[in-house]
Amino acid sequence: MAKRIDVSGLSAYYGSFRAIEDISMTVEPRSVTAFIGPSGCGKSTFLRTLNRMHEVTPGGRVDGKVMLDDENLYGAGVDPVAVRREVGMVFQRPNPFPTMSVYDNVAAGLRLNGSYKKSELSDVVEKSLKGANLWNEVKDRLNKPGSGLSGGQQQRLCIARAIAVEPKVLLMDEPCSALDPISTLAIEDLIGELKERFTIVIVTHNMQQAARVSDKTAFFNLAAVGQPGKLIEIDDTERIFSNPSVQATEDYISGRFG
Amino acid sequence: MDITTKNADTPPPAPQPTQVEQKRAARGATRPGDRIFLGLSRGSGILLLAIMAAIAIFLTYRATLAISKDDGNFLTTFEWNTNVTPPKFGIAVLAFGTIVSSIVAMVIAVPVAVAIALFLTHYAPRKLSGPIAYVIDLLAAVPSIVYGLWGALILVPNMNGLFGWLNDYLGWTGVFSWEEGAPRSMLTVGILLAIMILPVITNVSREVFRQTPRMNEEAALALGATRWEVIRMSVLPFGRSGVISASMLGLGRALGETMAVATVLSPSFLIETSLLDPGGGTFAQNIAAKFGEANEFGRDALIASGLVLFVITLVVNGAARAIIARRAEYSGANA
Repeated sequence: MAKRIDVSGLSAYYGSFRAIEDISMTVEPRSVTAFIGPSGCGKSTFLRTLNRMHEVTPGGRVDGKVMLDDENLYGAGVDPVAVRREVGMVFQRPNPFPTMSVYDNVAAGLRLNGSYKKSELSDVVEKSLKGANLWNEVKDRLNKPGSGLSGGQQQRLCIARAIAVEPKVLLMDEPCSALDPISTLAIEDLIGELKERFTIVIVTHNMQQAARVSDKTAFFNLAAVGQPGKLIEIDDTERIFSNPSVQATEDYISGRFG
Repeated sequence: MDITTKNADTPPPAPQPTQVEQKRAARGATRPGDRIFLGLSRGSGILLLAIMAAIAIFLTYRATLAISKDDGNFLTTFEWNTNVTPPKFGIAVLAFGTIVSSIVAMVIAVPVAVAIALFLTHYAPRKLSGPIAYVIDLLAAVPSIVYGLWGALILVPNMNGLFGWLNDYLGWTGVFSWEEGAPRSMLTVGILLAIMILPVITNVSREVFRQTPRMNEEAALALGATRWEVIRMSVLPFGRSGVISASMLGLGRALGETMAVATVLSPSFLIETSLLDPGGGTFAQNIAAKFGEANEFGRDALIASGLVLFVITLVVNGAARAIIARRAEYSGANA
C-alpha cells in the first residue's frame, strides 16, 4: 500500500523567485526519509510539492516530475485534491480543527471521501487513534474538542487524522518543533511504527531526530540568500552522519556551518 | 541616579525628588499619564452607563404615563387612537410588522452576505476583491432615505411580476397570496431592508473569514478537501460566531429602520397573514408617521412603543450572545 516517490528535475517557484532548483531523488516505500538543512533552503517547500500543497500559496508553481509509483502527480488532468488524499501531511504546529471534537477530527478525512456507516466510522477512528498511540488518552473524551488536548496530543491527533484515510505517503513538516521532549519522543516512536505501513518523509531541524528516526537523510543547502535551494546529497542516514560524501554536509552536521 | 537625572539638572540637588519617588513607589506606578488615562477611561465607562440609565428611566417614565391611561390592552390592541378620550392603542401590529419585516430581511440578506464574503475572501482574484469590497463599503454609507426613495420609486413599481409569480405558485400557503393591491407590503419592506443591511453583514463576515488561521485551512486541504470543503470544514466553523454578530448588527439596523420603511409601506393597523398584501406597520415607521401631529399624550404613547422596540432589541442581542456562548468551547478563538 505504501508507494515509492520518484522525483526528477523538480523546481518550485514563488512568483518569479525560484525557491528550489532541479531536485531529483527517490524515496523507497516503507522507509523514513529525513530532510535536513539550514532555514530557507527549501526543504519545506520541496515537501509541499510532494502533495501539491505548494501551489496553494499565491504565486506558487512547480516544474518537473513527481512519480508516485507510476503516476505523475503533476501530469495533465491530475486533480490536486485526489493527490492530497493519497499523500497525507502533518504540519509544524498541531492544527486540529478547533470546532470539531476529537472523534470528528479523525473522521473528517473519511467524511470527505464519501459516506460511511456509523460503525465503520467508529472502527476507523479507533484504529487510527490506536495507530497514533493516542487512543488510551482520549477514549473517554472523544466528544470533547480536539483543541482541548495538550500540544503533543494534538499533534498525534493530527497524525491520526492523516492516517485515517489510509494515505500511501505521509509527509511531516517539522512535526516536533513545537513540542516538549517527552511528546517528541512519543512522536518519534510513532514514526518508527508507522513506517511499517507508510512511506514517510520528515523535515526536521533536529539532527539527532533525523539520526534517530530516518533510514535515509537528504541534505539541502542554498548558495546564498536569494539563491534557490538545492539538494546536496541523499544517502543512508548512518553514512550521512558518519562519513558524508560532500564537505558541506559534514560542515553542517558537525555545526561548522555558516 | 538615572531616574533622578531630570531633577538633578537643576542644582542644588534637593532631597524632595527622592521623597516623591518613594511615595510613588509605595503607591505603585502612577505617572501623570497613567492617572489621566485611567480617569478618562473610567469616566467614559461611567458616562456610558449613566446615559443608558437616563434613557431607560426617561422611556420607562413617559411610557408608564401613557400605558396607565390606555383604554385598550397595550400589547394586543389593533389600533392607535391617542387623540380621543379615552385613548385606545396597542403595539400588536407594530411588533408583528417589525419582527416579520426583519425576519424577511435576515432570511434574504444573511445567506447572500455570507456568500459574497466567501467569494471575496476565497474565490475572487485579489484584483477584483479589493474594488468590490470598497463598493460594498460605500453601500453601507448610503443614507437610508435614499434607499427609501429608491424603494418607493423603483422597487415598488417593479415588484408586480415577483408578487404575481409568488401568488401563482405559493399562494396556496396563505403566506404568499396576493390580491392585486400595490406591492407596498411587508415583503417589499423586507427586501428593501435586506438590501440595506447587506453591506454591514458582508463587511463584518469578510473580516472574520479573512482571519481564518491559514493552518486550519491547510489542515483541510491536506486531507484532500476541495475549496468548498475547506470552507465548510474550517472557514465557516471559525467564522460562525462572527457571522452571528454581523447578522445582529444587520438585524439591529433592520429593526430600527424608519425612513425606508415609511416610504415603501402603506401602513394600516391590521395584521396581514400574507406577506404580499399591503398594510401593517413597524415601531419606527409608526413613530415617524405619528410623532409630528401627536399631542403630549400621543408622544408618550409613541415613547411606550419605542420602549418595546428597545426591549426587543435587547432580547435579540441576548439570544445571539447565548448562541455564541453555548459553543464557546468549540470556538475557533481558543485554537
